[in-house]
Amino acid sequence: MSLLSLSRLSVTRRRRPVLRDVSLDVAAGEFVGLIGPNGAGKSTLMEAALGLIPCEGRSSLADLSAAERARHAAYLPQSREIAWPVSVEVLIALGRIPWPGASNAQDRAAVDAAISRMGLEPFRHRTANRLSGGEQARGLIARVLAQETPLLIADEPIAGLDPAHQLSCLSLLRDLATEGRGVLVSVHDLGMAARFCSRLVLLSGGAVLADGTPDEVLSDDNLARGFGIRVQRIETPEGTAIVPAAPL
Amino acid sequence: MRLIAALSLLVALLFLVSLSLGPAEVGSLRGLQALLFGGDGPLPIVMREIRLPRAILGLLIGGGLGLAGAALQGYLRNPLAEPQLIGVSGMGALGAVIAIQTGLSTAFALGLPLAALAGAALGVAALMALAGPRGGSVTLILAGVAIASLAGAGIALVLNLSPNPYAAAEIMFWLMGSLADRSMSHVWLALPLMVLGSALVLATGRALDALTLGEQAAAALGVSPARLRWQLVAGVALIVGPATAVAGAIGFVGLVVPHILRPWVGARPSRLLPASALGGAAMLLAADIAVRLIVPERDLKLGVLTAIVGAPLFLHLIWKTRAGGRL
Repeated sequence: MSLLSLSRLSVTRRRRPVLRDVSLDVAAGEFVGLIGPNGAGKSTLMEAALGLIPCEGRSSLADLSAAERARHAAYLPQSREIAWPVSVEVLIALGRIPWPGASNAQDRAAVDAAISRMGLEPFRHRTANRLSGGEQARGLIARVLAQETPLLIADEPIAGLDPAHQLSCLSLLRDLATEGRGVLVSVHDLGMAARFCSRLVLLSGGAVLADGTPDEVLSDDNLARGFGIRVQRIETPEGTAIVPAAPL
Repeated sequence: MRLIAALSLLVALLFLVSLSLGPAEVGSLRGLQALLFGGDGPLPIVMREIRLPRAILGLLIGGGLGLAGAALQGYLRNPLAEPQLIGVSGMGALGAVIAIQTGLSTAFALGLPLAALAGAALGVAALMALAGPRGGSVTLILAGVAIASLAGAGIALVLNLSPNPYAAAEIMFWLMGSLADRSMSHVWLALPLMVLGSALVLATGRALDALTLGEQAAAALGVSPARLRWQLVAGVALIVGPATAVAGAIGFVGLVVPHILRPWVGARPSRLLPASALGGAAMLLAADIAVRLIVPERDLKLGVLTAIVGAPLFLHLIWKTRAGGRL
């Protein structure tokens, strides 16, 4: 079942094309990783798909009302803003805003489930924006989980996290996909993307350069064309590690 | 909830104290009796026409400023935002100053507040034209600051060209803000607009909560940025415009009150709105009681007192926040 369907999405900023004719589907159970160099249009693609910026073409989410969209797709933006010193519990409860009809018990159950899933029980009453970066990131992911949407869209969820948090974050997202949600994330770490995502989409210059399994997409040719780099591959028991070796 | 109950009680108490204060020496009980049941002599008139409007305006304007300040801080995600920031009160003051200068204020009873309202309306129109339907919060601040400084320049120009020092002094005194000698017609002018504005602002609570996560995350949570901005600017203008029109410029209430109460509501913008409204009402009623108690014979201006008390309080808060490493 397709949870997100983009067809010929294009975005122009100041008469410069940022996204060109991007077509993409995310189905339930898929963990799709968006990769590509800085400025390739990864964030723009997510914003356009969510209907947050004007665009040409069609996104299946754009047909929904803003409220329905928020019950279908949860979005973790790149900016990890927490403007006020609210408690972790209150922060996570912000994910319940799209559900005004839900009972208090339903809201509490969703927040509790998100807290326990992210292992945030000890931090429940702590002030969210005074926690460490990793703990804040977990709180913000928990907020997205509390939204209880079939589709999750996360813009660089592991940027700025230590290796342990990177691993636990990506394996959580993979588990969510295994449970039947659709997950779309942008990642810079190619090795991590190859290891966790079920499918990769390589964006370059605002267009899709390659779309397929990690092995197909991370070919030497694609990496050279997309990133302008040569990579070294090291076989490990956990899979192939991809190390950027030199610019071309 | 306990905070709301305590603040409501405090406001009710201060309202009664405000009613029982004045140059006419009457016991508070007798005064209230005269207010509620009428009676002979001048007392019911004193209560209904002088003290009641003053107390109601204190409640209304203080509450409005507290609410508007909390909403703007929530919207701009900045604890330094205050109702004066969007320039509406500055334009209102300019309208009032022109009314004083041209003699419109003495031509008929509501000449001054109506001119101030016209100025405020002009300010909002300019703000919306500048900040536009698609502008972000930064555009709104910049446009507000520009309008406020233009209004300030206009007021300075009127003072500069003022033909005699008495007119200039009258303008200066009006600018300091006061609730003295206001009538029920002032109340009827301000009340409906301010109630409408407060309703608009109070309805933004959930959207302001969502904005805690930033504008994009809020939009993805179903908040329409254009609608929120419209609702907030219209609401704040409907509060601040009439407040300036009947009482002049009263600063610091909208800045300090949300700041003091924020920790008590767990920093949630939606819960801060009603608390800050009550807190603002309490602060202004208390200040208006204080100006009558400190120097009863000299007509100490309300805006002067709120600034004298508010500024050091604010410095103290900054100091505390800085010490806690939260700024």
